[in-house]
Amino acid sequence: MFRSVFGTAIGRFLFGTFILLAIVSATVYFIVTPLLSGGCINDLAQCLTQSGWDAGAAEFLTIVLGVMGVATFPLLVTILLIWVERKFAARIQDRVGPNRVGPFGLIQPLADVVKLLGKEDLTPAGADKLVFNTAPVVMVMSVLLIWAVVPFTPYHVGVDLEIGALYFVAVASIGTLSVIMASWASNNKYALLGAFRVVAQLISYEIPLAMALLIPVMLAGSMSMVGIVEAQAGMWFMFVSPIAAFMFFISSQAETGRAPFDLIEAESELVAGFNIEYSGMKFAMFFAGEFMHVFTNGVLMAIMFTGGWWGPFAYEAPLLAVFYLLGKAFFWYLLSLLMRNALPRVRIDQLMAINWKFLVPISIVNLLMTALLLRLIQEGGLSPENASSFVDNIPQTLILLAGNVVLFGIVMTLLRGRARGERMTDMVVREDVELAPATGD
Amino acid sequence: MTFGNFTPEAFAFGIFALITLGGAFGVITNKNLVRGALWLMISLFGVAGIFVLLSAPFLAAVQILVYIGAIGILITFAVMLTRSMTNITQRFNQQWWLGAIVSVALFALLMAAVIVPVWGDVTEPNRNDVADTTDLGVALVSAERVSELDNETSLEGYVLPFEVASLLLTAAMIGAIVIAREDD
Repeated sequence: MFRSVFGTAIGRFLFGTFILLAIVSATVYFIVTPLLSGGCINDLAQCLTQSGWDAGAAEFLTIVLGVMGVATFPLLVTILLIWVERKFAARIQDRVGPNRVGPFGLIQPLADVVKLLGKEDLTPAGADKLVFNTAPVVMVMSVLLIWAVVPFTPYHVGVDLEIGALYFVAVASIGTLSVIMASWASNNKYALLGAFRVVAQLISYEIPLAMALLIPVMLAGSMSMVGIVEAQAGMWFMFVSPIAAFMFFISSQAETGRAPFDLIEAESELVAGFNIEYSGMKFAMFFAGEFMHVFTNGVLMAIMFTGGWWGPFAYEAPLLAVFYLLGKAFFWYLLSLLMRNALPRVRIDQLMAINWKFLVPISIVNLLMTALLLRLIQEGGLSPENASSFVDNIPQTLILLAGNVVLFGIVMTLLRGRARGERMTDMVVREDVELAPATGD
Repeated sequence: MTFGNFTPEAFAFGIFALITLGGAFGVITNKNLVRGALWLMISLFGVAGIFVLLSAPFLAAVQILVYIGAIGILITFAVMLTRSMTNITQRFNQQWWLGAIVSVALFALLMAAVIVPVWGDVTEPNRNDVADTTDLGVALVSAERVSELDNETSLEGYVLPFEVASLLLTAAMIGAIVIAREDD
């Protein structure tokens, strides 16, 4: 049994991913969480104050160390993620993927980094040097800033902002800016064309993203990430509002600008998109930002909809809590990779149609419906007495889930009618086309 | 805040004030309009930092989301799409003296309002009215407000201004659609 699972490619891949996950969790637990508020960094502050430091200076130093810890960890994880990504893509495309450098090719990303460091750092003539060089930094920054509010365990969080969800939306919007800066400073028309698409895409998809984000906020009664995770003690929000989870997943995938939404860098149309003029480490920073963004979206899915660090013995052993959080994040991450590798790219008009005619209306209706149902549940006295009990949560979950199912049914019926209509017009057009040459010449 | 009593808050305020003013200086001195727009975003970022120092994290997040994430990007695009504006070479236009008068007057007005308490003393707002973001939201959508001073209910809620603002936004949106619509 074990041999047969381990013998298959997918079995080996999952086994490798699991080992990787365990290593990353342990790293986070022993290196990053001590640096966060709630970790032993607070002891260091006290220790410094007792040994004669100014209290403000000691606090400042500990905060700086915490910021460094939180900012370094995602960058290091990205190096490992590149391996996961390449191996996964290779398996789907019936290739082997990196397998020469180190065991299973695990050290390949490090070799790539060394290669990238050795490449020539080009700045095109006529480029705006300052803006050109700042853009990759802003890209990485916009993703790294999200990690400040991620609760790793019940006890460790960078900073528990009262407005965590809003902070996420605000910080993520800076990413758009970096793409504009890069494309404009490049002095290249393909890059600028890429930027026009980016703004259309990223700003459009921010709407369903924020709308979907409002549902966990509403259910938890709090915008703080810690509050949202703690509110999922009894029931994951994914089961309470699967439509919101779906919306968030789709639009966050679009926000990363990856397939099937990779029109930002559609190779066949734009050569390489906004990063066409970048080379070496600056190019790598854009890609590091993208890889990190995908994994960060997984972490956000885990926090918002699948209970964050919740799991058996999460309170007793915070190491397990980190493992649960990153495990859930990895699940969403792999799903996103599957989407990237298995689905074809959409056209630009389809991209806009998906957003404005499908995601936005549904998310608005879903928001209004959830708000109404929640109010009715509260008035009807069906809201859970003890929010952390699974059984108490069942009535509320069932009502909201029923609402979601009804909405899903309505959407599917409408889509079916629309698709049928489109097929009909398609057939009419095709007849016209077939007739045209016969009558023309 | 005195210079003898140098707190970390004062240090942070100094940094954010420097970012705000430096960004503003960049906006007015740059010949290139896209660069000017980018400097404007830096300046607005500094304002967001000052909001954080004023214990208004909600406003800070909204500042970044609306002014940098939306309006800043819109300005950049408007500039990029109008070719004649990207090739401007002169630093001043004919109305520079008007702009100078307005900005000096505004600066003098603000200074007078803060230093010489012409319109009453500058007081710290009552923190109990709005302790956190939830209170802020409740205050926005309620028609009446309980005053902390004399504990009386007065019709001073923000629901009417809130609805007026949303009506204004809806009108602007309809206007945009009407302008962008093709004539049938």
